[in-house]
Amino acid sequence: MSVLVVVECDKGEVKKSSLEVASYGAQVAQALGTTATAIAVGEASEASLASLGEQGISKVLYDNEARLKEFVNGAYTKLIAAAAEQEQAQVIVLANSNIGTSVGSRLAVRLQASLATNVVELPRVEGGNFIVKRGAYSGKAFSDVVLLNDRKIIAVKKNSIEALHNAGQTAQVQSFSAQLADTDFADAPKQVIMQEQTGGVPLPEADKVVSGGRGMKGPENWHLIEDLAKALGAATACSKPVSDVDWRPHHEHVGQTGITVSPNLYIACGISGAIQHLAGVNSSKVIVVINKDPEAPFFKAADYGIVGDVFDVLPKLTQAVKELG
Amino acid sequence: MKFLVCISNVPDTTTKITFTPDNKELNKAGVQFVINPWDEYALTRAIELKEQLGGSVTVLNVGEADTEPNIRKALAIGADDAIRVNAKPTDAFFVAQQIAAVAKDGGYDVILMGKESIDYNGFQVHGMVGELLGIPTVAPAMKLDMSGNTATLEREIEGGKEIVEVQTPFVVSCQEPMCEPRIPNMRGIMTARTKPLKVVEATGQGAATQVTEYALPPKKQGVKLIDAENAGDLIRLLRNEAKVI
Repeated sequence: MSVLVVVECDKGEVKKSSLEVASYGAQVAQALGTTATAIAVGEASEASLASLGEQGISKVLYDNEARLKEFVNGAYTKLIAAAAEQEQAQVIVLANSNIGTSVGSRLAVRLQASLATNVVELPRVEGGNFIVKRGAYSGKAFSDVVLLNDRKIIAVKKNSIEALHNAGQTAQVQSFSAQLADTDFADAPKQVIMQEQTGGVPLPEADKVVSGGRGMKGPENWHLIEDLAKALGAATACSKPVSDVDWRPHHEHVGQTGITVSPNLYIACGISGAIQHLAGVNSSKVIVVINKDPEAPFFKAADYGIVGDVFDVLPKLTQAVKELG
Repeated sequence: MKFLVCISNVPDTTTKITFTPDNKELNKAGVQFVINPWDEYALTRAIELKEQLGGSVTVLNVGEADTEPNIRKALAIGADDAIRVNAKPTDAFFVAQQIAAVAKDGGYDVILMGKESIDYNGFQVHGMVGELLGIPTVAPAMKLDMSGNTATLEREIEGGKEIVEVQTPFVVSCQEPMCEPRIPNMRGIMTARTKPLKVVEATGQGAATQVTEYALPPKKQGVKLIDAENAGDLIRLLRNEAKVI
């Protein structure tokens, strides 16, 4: 029996959300009295995989096959299933990302496991039940879910738990092969197109987010959002009306029918705070609202607020960040 | 081309969520139920592709009789017929088994649904259906075009997208900006009344998970207001008090 952690890598590095996943898996393993092994997917370097020891991982499996550098649902599923069998994994932990959940849902059927996605806390065992807490109703609620099958798969929401950093610990990296066939690559990408990221980080992975709404009055004013985002090292986002009128691309749309984010800091500029938007952001640790309307509903969900004109306030904030260094 | 569109019945996006006193179920009093917004992309795109390529669109819901108004709405938007699996959708695995059974029986070429339901937020059913049927799933797709039996899709990954080509049959989960979801017109509403809606009983195994309790998020302490004239103070508070920058 062991815990298997699925670690997503990009450009040689382990993604930040996967450091949290690894830490989650290591803590589950400790509670179960066993060890945590990782299976790495994507483009990884041996050094970054070995450093997963800092997150409590004892062993990392990696298949260096070129076609696995990009996400392929069929192949990733087979690879991880093979690793789970070899390691006799009772619990599999992955990121609540498009990759993690796509693979997790196939694995659940293949391995006859119970799957919980969008999980926000470490599991607990009560009266013999294995229970996880997860987000539901698009950020408006949480639910406790019992995973009934012997095998369990948990997809951990980003920024829900702290990553461990036990300096100096290293994991043993082993090559691994699942004997993949061409048919496992039926959904292999013909092309991969990455977006330009304002703060250098994709929105779902971002620690800080600066977001604009209709109060920004037009796409030509977005440099105010981008300047603050750059100064903070934040990603940029927007409300639904803004992406609906094409001021900003849809992948920046945060809300109930867009991306749900959970950064440490969410700064909303000229967004009134409709219930659908709040659902997408209310698991952010700190929410700042800037709006000239003191009655904007968003202030009720905020930690800090400025009642004022975004065109006047944003440059002052950018300046203050630069002065602070 | 035979399209199967799976829809779920969810509280309207403006709903203020509350639970029954034992916190075991949603308090449905006064709640308006709608077709899951993500599923609307799947439905409209299937209808568009049918108009282009010929074939049929069947809409499928796993739910009790109270979901029928929204199934009729899907027929009014342009689906040809409907199937309701008469059961409470207890969890993703249970629902996926029902969809897979209907899909196998009907020999559908393309099985579409939204990327997730806005109530359960599982992002699981499409992958499970694909696995149960042994066919590819592309999730979440922002674009779906078809030429013969080949589909070209844009799949969103964190920070970008992949262009993927798959052959029928396959499962696809849909999200914006795949199409502009349609709303029913008067003629659609009239014809929907007489379109076939078949009710079948559930099959397969039970659920793999069970919800024991719901909870609302903790309330915020209240907002700390900073004077717009001294906006820079906010940055110092974020550094020294909130410690997030």
